[in-house]
Amino acid sequence: MIRYVIRRLLWGAVLLIVVSALTFVFFRIFPTGNPALLRAGRDPQPKHVKEIEQVLGLGKPLTVQFWDYMKEVLLHFKFGYSYYNQESVTHLIGERVAPTVSLAVGAAVLWGVAGIGVGVISALKRHSFLDRFTMGTALVAISAPEFWLGLIFLLLFAQDIGKVHVLPGAGSYVGLTSDPWKWFTSLIMPWIALAASGAAIYARLMRGSLLETMNEDYIRTARAKGLRERSVVRQGVRASINPIVTLLPLEIGVLLGGAVLIETVFNIPGIGRLAYQSISDSDFSVIQGTVLIAAFFIIIANIVVDILYAYLDPRVRFS
Amino acid sequence: MSDEPLLRVEDLRVEFPTEDGVVHAVDGITYQVFKGRTLGIVGESGSGKTVSSLTTLGLTRRQGARISGRILFEGRDLVTCSEEQLRAIRGNEIAMIFQDPLSSLHPLYRVGRQLIEAVRAHRDASRQQARARALELLGLVGIPDPARRVDMYPHEFSGGMRQRVMIAMALANEPKLLIADEPTTALDVTVQAQILELMERLQRELGMAIVIITHDMGVVAETADDVAVMYAGRIVETAPTGQVFAAPQHPYTWGLLRSIPTLERPRDEPLVPIPGTPPSLINRPSGCHFHPRCAYAQPDHARIDPALEQVPGAPEHFVACLLEAETRLRLWQELRAGRKPEQAIADVGLPEAQV
Repeated sequence: MIRYVIRRLLWGAVLLIVVSALTFVFFRIFPTGNPALLRAGRDPQPKHVKEIEQVLGLGKPLTVQFWDYMKEVLLHFKFGYSYYNQESVTHLIGERVAPTVSLAVGAAVLWGVAGIGVGVISALKRHSFLDRFTMGTALVAISAPEFWLGLIFLLLFAQDIGKVHVLPGAGSYVGLTSDPWKWFTSLIMPWIALAASGAAIYARLMRGSLLETMNEDYIRTARAKGLRERSVVRQGVRASINPIVTLLPLEIGVLLGGAVLIETVFNIPGIGRLAYQSISDSDFSVIQGTVLIAAFFIIIANIVVDILYAYLDPRVRFS
Repeated sequence: MSDEPLLRVEDLRVEFPTEDGVVHAVDGITYQVFKGRTLGIVGESGSGKTVSSLTTLGLTRRQGARISGRILFEGRDLVTCSEEQLRAIRGNEIAMIFQDPLSSLHPLYRVGRQLIEAVRAHRDASRQQARARALELLGLVGIPDPARRVDMYPHEFSGGMRQRVMIAMALANEPKLLIADEPTTALDVTVQAQILELMERLQRELGMAIVIITHDMGVVAETADDVAVMYAGRIVETAPTGQVFAAPQHPYTWGLLRSIPTLERPRDEPLVPIPGTPPSLINRPSGCHFHPRCAYAQPDHARIDPALEQVPGAPEHFVACLLEAETRLRLWQELRAGRKPEQAIADVGLPEAQV
């Protein structure tokens, strides 16, 4: 098991190098804009632009640039500096991690708990009003784009622009350590907006999975043993929850790479917004950094899923 | 035999309303099981044998079954029992084992846990006591090294061992009645014999009654004291096992007997399948439900619905067949002598089947 994890981590490292190379190709060989040109101000002189290119290291051949970049990353664990404010990328991402983690983990918890809970209740009360109502709501939630949902929430509940002034609006995010209560209230709307469609999908998945499981032979055995219905249902939930619980870490992995739309709507200073900003600025080092951190989270999430899967299902073995 | 039966099923009917119509899964069956004895219920898939025993445990209720008749277990009518009363009986006084032991065991729970659950569902036992009981049960059903096996998962067991686990689980509370639904069908032939032997030994030791459901006349011959042959939701023939094999009365029973290989019969004699398929239980054939597949059916058999009647001279033998007792006897003698149905019909002088 430990050997398996180490092997997966090594592969992950290889994958990260490949991802760096690909990002380099995408943003440098097919450039979307010349960073030097963008920095040179209005009507720049070619000489001026050349100078800036020299400073940013853009004048060297691409292969040399790539080599320099990879050397920094691999040997010194440095990701370079922003073209804009000369901040180190590590530092820029570092200060963006906390808001994104807050957003992602909170949304995922809500997502999992609401999805699984609603799904189980719907399956057990199949065809009831409650079932129809929740599944109908789920369909709406799946169809609603998250940014639209976020804007609706703001218009309804935000303290500044809402119909009822109950929750802090856009741009009110503060760190957990500086004011836990404000941190919590400012994230309620983003969490819900971000989790809604996922929770709805999970609720439908969970409902289907549990309904199917309750027809299994071992559920019949559980009843034939004379177990109470509550224990029977628990056995059913235990068997049907695996595919859903093992999906969740992947979703968290994706969310940790930054939730661009929700971070933008609610003005949360997370990785998603940093990534978006860096792309519009052709700020290559920062782009590279955000892509790598997103890839890193997804690789870790995949490993977590595999471990979780084997932990939850004794029939799965590492090989 | 003269004392009260442990289980008496009286005119049991089980119907499932579906979109396509009402499925008459069990259509007025009556049988009884005595303490320490084994009843074999035989029939093809879809003859209602499994539904009738699931209904005994109240397990068809939540599938929306309409149930009428009586199921008397030690004088209590299980049809009218509350769900909680039934729960207290299930796995405690009446236990059941199923066809496929792999899918019948929870794949994600250790065997020990599943046994402990069975014990604690009906006993006020601590976890340690229940675990000790689980070890004892695994030993009882002949699983080697119970102390190690108890912490393994079902997928780590072989098919036969899994069925032993199922039996151990069923025996957890020393039931008075064990219902075994095709307990050997999913197993290798050599393992089948072991499982049947085990059930017989446990019956002797614990004195429980067994209802064994099967499509295999061989299993019946080996285990059952009495036999009920089911077709399309009804019992078409019932008798002590010896009589069914010595003088079977119903053409369907003849078909079942002739479709199994035996060592006595000459090797070049081909096995004879029963032609056709079991009928739909939504739109059942008119008259005798078996007449479309019966080689000996007469025109009025499509009209008249036969009742279960005593066979002349055999007080414990009942059959639902419209042929004369005399004709049946001669037909079976012909068939047993290895003749084909057409020959038998000609020899007996029965008009050729017309339906």
